[in-house]
Order: sequence, then structure tokens, then C-alpha cells
Amino acid sequence: MTAKIEVVHPGVFATVQDLGRPGLAAIGVGRSGAADRGSLRLANRLVGNPEGHAALEVVLGGLVLRFSAPATVAVTGAPCSITVSGRAAGPCSPIAVGPGDELVLGMAARGLRCYVAVRGGIAVPAVLGARATDTLGKLGPPALSAGMTLPVGHRVLDHPGVDLAPRAALPDEPVLRVTPGPRVSWFVPGTLSTLVSSPFTATADVDRVGVRLEGPELARAREGELPPEAAVPGALQIPPSGQPILFLADHPVTGGYPVLAVVDEADLDLAAQIRPGQRVRFRYS
Amino acid sequence: MRVLPYGARAAMVDFDDPSEVLGLHASLEQDPPDGVVELVPAARTLLVRFDPGRTHHDRLAGAILDRSTVDVSPREAAEIVVPVRYDGPDLAEVAAAAGMSAEAVVRRHEDGVYVSAFCGFAPGFAYLTGLDPALHLPRRSSPRTRVPAGSVAIAGEYTAVYPHSSPGGWRLIGRTTLPVWDVEREPPNLLTPGTRIRFTS
Repeated sequence: MTAKIEVVHPGVFATVQDLGRPGLAAIGVGRSGAADRGSLRLANRLVGNPEGHAALEVVLGGLVLRFSAPATVAVTGAPCSITVSGRAAGPCSPIAVGPGDELVLGMAARGLRCYVAVRGGIAVPAVLGARATDTLGKLGPPALSAGMTLPVGHRVLDHPGVDLAPRAALPDEPVLRVTPGPRVSWFVPGTLSTLVSSPFTATADVDRVGVRLEGPELARAREGELPPEAAVPGALQIPPSGQPILFLADHPVTGGYPVLAVVDEADLDLAAQIRPGQRVRFRYS
Repeated sequence: MRVLPYGARAAMVDFDDPSEVLGLHASLEQDPPDGVVELVPAARTLLVRFDPGRTHHDRLAGAILDRSTVDVSPREAAEIVVPVRYDGPDLAEVAAAAGMSAEAVVRRHEDGVYVSAFCGFAPGFAYLTGLDPALHLPRRSSPRTRVPAGSVAIAGEYTAVYPHSSPGGWRLIGRTTLPVWDVEREPPNLLTPGTRIRFTS
């Protein structure tokens, strides 16, 4: 029998995420999926799932789940305390839970997003080929709420035989590599140098769409707005305020502000762990 | 056309003439250069996402600049006819701003032959070109918090059908019961880029 999971408490904000819906931007559907894709993949590997299975993305922690049947789970991403019916458990490691057990995530002291994978995957219905919640495009299941029941799928792979995965610590001041974007010419000369030579601070405006940053003004050389043009995850869009918005998983498919630079795909997982108030630096890729 | 860098995995083709966007899109879709993984048309641009393990910006830019934007016509898409009830809350205001009667606005909107240029704003929200220039008006100064699904609207050089209820600043001139977006349908979007559209009351 596969387990059902009851959401006792969703914590700050939790969604079902997988690797999203790539390739549908032309019909107005963004990629979405886990903001920190590496942590999602790792959590899935630890419980013997294919890497793209649906799991839970939990902002800051605080999630409480109750299991109806034995299950294997793993928690990755932002480090937080983990208990199973009061017994402490470790991150980045398969955890056995029994029927009636409650899995409780404490609040993360660093980073922003924790991932909880369950052996078999979260088996909510797929929408356009994915189970991810796109918070901007309003696709996929609703965000987790107390009392919700999550179905668990059947296992498809053998256990990986790994007890613990090593994990790089999240840096205090992440450094994100960038390459130039398409609209460098919209900015005064030297703006890219300003971007890579000064620290920026994440404002309180951080969600799955993006991270609004504060720092030296990235000044435009010309007025006006662009007609809408396609964006990618990692794009640094600069509104007239001169303060950049770093696009994450649920970014708009098209945007009207010029993109100065693009954070490398390889550093997007790090970007997804930026907390409000945290300092960030950019450097040339 | 110009090919601009867009990070490490994409290039953006920028056009002076927006009508070239769908021509290049069709050409690249029918015969994609090595390493191309996705094409995303927009108002004056075409985003070309590529696999950096298989190609690089300069090589792709060369392949793109060799393409004609006029020799390949967009794939044959069936013409979609959208039945409309022209009773939108902004119809009178549009008529006043355009200096014509509401009936004339309806006639001009119905007479247009539209092409879906690109999608954005929300899943399935297609920007349709071909709007009569007499109806080119700015968005409402204050957007509505909720525009019902099926609203037929205009803004700037575009007309559109709201696929879902959402906030929106376009001027609402009518509504349709045709579901332009349905995730259970293949394709989910009736108005994919390149599709020709007519409105009829």
C-alpha cells in the first residue's frame, strides 16, 4: 500500500515542485519547477526516485506532515532541524517514517528553501506534463494548506544505497556568475562593471518569481519601455528605478524591462536560496 | 536583424520590422540549426535558447543571419473564428476615444484579420496583430483587479482574448464563450503564434 500524506501544517509557504514545464514559453507557459533544482534532484536520488519526481518545496521550514503508511523521505536544501514523531533525523539522508508518524521541519537558519522528497513521488495530477505549481501562471496544484492530503506514487527505482549525501554549505554572501544580457546598450557605459563590483542586498520582496535587489543604481541611458520580449530564469531585469530584479523559476514568460545580464544556470540554485536582507555579489562568468 | 547575446544559453534576435519575427520563427522551427532547444517569439524579438554543449553564440548567430525571414511561411494553421458578443464595459469609452460610434468600433474590430504574434502575460494569453490603427489606444490608466475569462480586449496595436480571469489593464470591448485555453486539450492554446484569427458577432 502506498502512503498518503496529510499536511498538518504547511509552514510559511510550501508547494509541490518537480522539474517544471520546459519548452512551452511560446504558448505563454514558463518553466517553473523547483527553484533550487539541484536540491530537488538530490532529495529524489536519496529516496530512490527519478530526479524529476514531484516533491515539496518549503520556504524556510515549519512544515508538519503525517504519514498513513511506512514511507521513505529525504530533506535537502536550506538546512533545518528535522524530527520524526519527536526523534531527530538528519538532512540529505533517507529517513524511514512509520504509519502515524509526524515529520516536522524546524525553521531554516540559513538559506530559504527546503525540499522534501518521498519515495514514489508526490502523485498529484500532472498539468501540461508537470506537477509543479507555477505561482505566476497559476498552473498545477494549489499551495499546501492544513488538512490537504497528498497522494504518494509507486516506487519505480531500487533504493540507491546511499546513507548521506555531502552538501556544500550555503555561503553567507553568494557570488553569482553573470554573462551580458541583450540590452546592455540601454544602460550608461560601465553599468555592467557597476553590477559586478558592488554588493547588492535582497529586499523583502523575494518569491518564486524573483528576487528584488537593492544596490547602486544601474542607470538607463535611454527612456521608455521595450515592447514585451522573452525572458529566461536568471535574467536581471532593470525597471526604471535602476534596482535589479533577478528572475527565478516562476518568472514572467515575457517582460518589458531591459535585461542587463543573466545569471548562469549553474548558479540559479544558489540564487534560489537567497534570503531577504542577504548580501549578494555578481561576477563575470 | 541583429543577434544579441542573452546569457550563456540563449540569443535574442532583434528585428526592426515585427512582421519578420514569425518568418524567422517558421524557418528555424522547420529546419533548426544545431543545438537549438526552444524558440520564443515576442513583439520585436525571437529568443533562441540553445544547448551550450552543442553550439555557441557566434556559430548560432551565423546560422541565424543566413536565414531568410520571408521565404518560409508560418506552418498552415487553421483559421480560428472567435464568436464575440460586443458588450464590453469599455466599448463606449473606446468609441469616444476613437471618435466613432460603438457600432463602427465593432465593425472595424470584426473586419480585421488577425495573426497571433506571441504569447505572454499569462498562459495562453496571445497578442494578436492586425488591429485597425483607428483603434490603437493606450491601456486603461488604472488596471482592473479582475477581468473575466473570455473578455475580448484591445491595447496599443494588439487585440486579445483573456484566457483566464486575471487582473488586466486592456480595454474590454466584448466577450466570447470560446475556450481559447484548456490544459486538457492538445494543444492547450487555440491561438498559438502564427494562427490566423477572425472575430464575428
